[in-house]
Amino acid sequence: MKPRHKRLTLVLLGLSGLGLAAWFVLSAFQQNLVFFFTPTQIQAGEAPAQRSFRVGGMVEAGSHRREADGITHSFVVTDTAQRVRVSYQGLLPDLFQEGKGVVAQGRLQANATGGPLFVADEVLAKHDENYMPPEAAYALEQGKAARQSGPSNPTPADLVPQGARP
Amino acid sequence: MIPELGQTALIVALGLSLLLGSLPLWGAYRQQAHLMSLARPLAAGQFAFAALAFGILIHAFVVMDFSVAYVADNANSLLPVQFRVAAAWGGHEGSLLLWQLMLSGWTLAVALFSRQLPPATVARVLAVLGLISVGILSFTLFTSNPFARLIPSAPDGQDLNPLLQDPGMIFHPPLLYMGYVGFSVAFAFAIAALLEGKLDAAWAKWTRPWTLAAWVFLTLGILLGSFWAYYELGWGGWWFWDAVENASFMPWLVGTALIHSLSVSEKRGSFKNWTVLLAILAFSLSLLGTFLVRSGVLTSVHAFASDPQRGLYILVFLLIVIGGSLALYAWRASQVGLGGRFAAFSRESLLLLNNVFLVVSMGTVLLGTLYPLALDAFGLGKISVGPPYFDAVFAPLMLPLLLLISVGPYVVWKQGSVARAWHELRGVALVSVLLAGGIALSQRTSVGVTTGLLLAFWVLLGSVQHAVQRLRAGSEQRSFAQRWRAVPLAFWGMVVAHIGVGVFVLGVTLVKGLDQVRDASLQVGQSLTLGDYRFDFKTLDKHKGANYLAGRATFEVFHHGRLLATLHPEKRFYVVQRMPMTEAAIDRGLTRDLYVSLGDTAPSGAWGVRVQVKPFMGWVWGGTLLMALGGVLAATDGRYRQRARAAAPEHTPTSVTPTAADLNVAPTTL
Repeated sequence: MKPRHKRLTLVLLGLSGLGLAAWFVLSAFQQNLVFFFTPTQIQAGEAPAQRSFRVGGMVEAGSHRREADGITHSFVVTDTAQRVRVSYQGLLPDLFQEGKGVVAQGRLQANATGGPLFVADEVLAKHDENYMPPEAAYALEQGKAARQSGPSNPTPADLVPQGARP
Repeated sequence: MIPELGQTALIVALGLSLLLGSLPLWGAYRQQAHLMSLARPLAAGQFAFAALAFGILIHAFVVMDFSVAYVADNANSLLPVQFRVAAAWGGHEGSLLLWQLMLSGWTLAVALFSRQLPPATVARVLAVLGLISVGILSFTLFTSNPFARLIPSAPDGQDLNPLLQDPGMIFHPPLLYMGYVGFSVAFAFAIAALLEGKLDAAWAKWTRPWTLAAWVFLTLGILLGSFWAYYELGWGGWWFWDAVENASFMPWLVGTALIHSLSVSEKRGSFKNWTVLLAILAFSLSLLGTFLVRSGVLTSVHAFASDPQRGLYILVFLLIVIGGSLALYAWRASQVGLGGRFAAFSRESLLLLNNVFLVVSMGTVLLGTLYPLALDAFGLGKISVGPPYFDAVFAPLMLPLLLLISVGPYVVWKQGSVARAWHELRGVALVSVLLAGGIALSQRTSVGVTTGLLLAFWVLLGSVQHAVQRLRAGSEQRSFAQRWRAVPLAFWGMVVAHIGVGVFVLGVTLVKGLDQVRDASLQVGQSLTLGDYRFDFKTLDKHKGANYLAGRATFEVFHHGRLLATLHPEKRFYVVQRMPMTEAAIDRGLTRDLYVSLGDTAPSGAWGVRVQVKPFMGWVWGGTLLMALGGVLAATDGRYRQRARAAAPEHTPTSVTPTAADLNVAPTTL
């Protein structure tokens, strides 16, 4: 093989490798990007009905219930402007607490009675007492902004994040 | 008084590194021997003062000097002493100082073990390392001083994050940093070669053991981090494609490409340009990792306080290092040259493919890590790119790489033969297909698991056969002992590391494909069945540790009615940080790990319990350890110490015309 052909072969091999990788990346991006929505966005109907996504905010005080089986949980995630009911089967992370930040991943249940019901397959809480999951902090900020601009919607004082450092 | 001494030591170290970064470089440029000869003593002095500063910080932690803000933030009088020492790198300031200590250590090592190098090269390499030190030391002093006083002094400190109170904290960060920072040596060698405008086989021979050493540390650091996450986070995960893990994995991928490309530069004088670029890339990714983890861009156990000034400083530093070295590369790379020619099917071309796949897979990880950050920074919404993306992209890119692992060693340099390689490997291919097919039919495994098994067998059998052939070669003339001695350590390094890859793939395939998990709510006295295993919840006791209270459960695990293990998972409550923690209990075995963790309690007194059976989990760790062992064997190969003294010619003449022996047994590479 002539040097020119050799170089060409190598360049083609390299390009096909890159092309293959690009194809994997694009198709994986299409299917696997997990978008994030705040409770306000979900109540406004902006969240996808079919796909998995994340919702973040604070666990509303007094909203955490446990079913008789001991491992099915339901709670309300709020961004202080709007609330979304969440149901989850499994063990909750150590730092899951009412009045603290939380991020849940899952999808909306179709035709749920009494407003949107988010069925989570994963619940994430923060790593230590001082930090908020960034997504939860973001949702609370957005909620605050929405409340200030929109019609006033009084919030219980215990919903204000403690020690949140967004 | 003593902490001020530490700060002074840091200032002196900064002064020495400024001198180290300038005088020898100028001396090498003007060919002034007395300036060049300053490099070694300056490197030693810089290490001495960095070590003094670090020692003083450790001392402040051991004696619990809560007048130092950093100590008060990261330790508590209840914290046991070994964790107080480890707490020195439990926060931003101290971990930066640790980074600097490692950098000074590597600089000193280069100064000590470079007697065989020309003085101008030593001067340039040490000067480049000195310039990096200037960046890190000034960052430490101006934005993150670990010795800053707290006025008034705190009566007692905040505690260390309970997740970090573990032996893993003592070993994981130093090992990881040794790896990260170790790539600075390859980087400095690359920059020195660019400045000199000369890169020959001798250069590759000097650079290789340093790169291998850094790679071994990084491998062990990542392994330890993963191993730690596995038992400490409490839920049985061991790799999360978390941005922080990716930050350490990207330099590892490029470092792996680099050690392969260096072997081509050393043996054949090819890939020179490319090797230099990889060395720059590996270190740039190490710095990027530091930036990602330390700037507060990410929030995780690894990200400490977020301070925009710090982030900006690292960003500027990153731009200078990456931009400067790439500009230098663009300017001087043509002088370094491409090196020897080779055919489209040869060991060189296969190693080039290996490099392409490794770098492309690094690129996909980089994209998945940075894309959400970029979207967020430009206010385009919040997304998360999770494990499904990485699994979908990364695994397919690894398939060809795993296929190539067994082919590469059977193909000779310069001009290989497809027919020859197939002839050598068809037995391996047949046995792998039969084994994987047999398991697939009898166990009804999924396509993914079957593919993984096939590749694992292919890599394992191919590597073992290669080693056996190598030992058999020339058995008519020489005894086994003679043949054993004739095989260089670097060859065993390659074989062991490749076997490690096979073991690792086997472990990952089985643990990801066949693990079983069950969550349940259990009262004391109840039991839970998972597969062939029965977990009996026997008792729950109260237990008091040094700085925590715990509920301690006793589980007995039965397999077909026979008692296998007694496990004690705990739920701890750390009193200072007021933080609950899950302490899982694991029974490790050769073919499976049994994993029990406690969740929370229901008002009825029942406990949330998660039990898992993880087949072949230990093989993941074992495979990684074998890879690291391979790196150690290759780095300690005698020829890096002996022949390097002689100035090697532009092309090392290894089998330019393939001989009969070469065709029979391909020469070594790693």
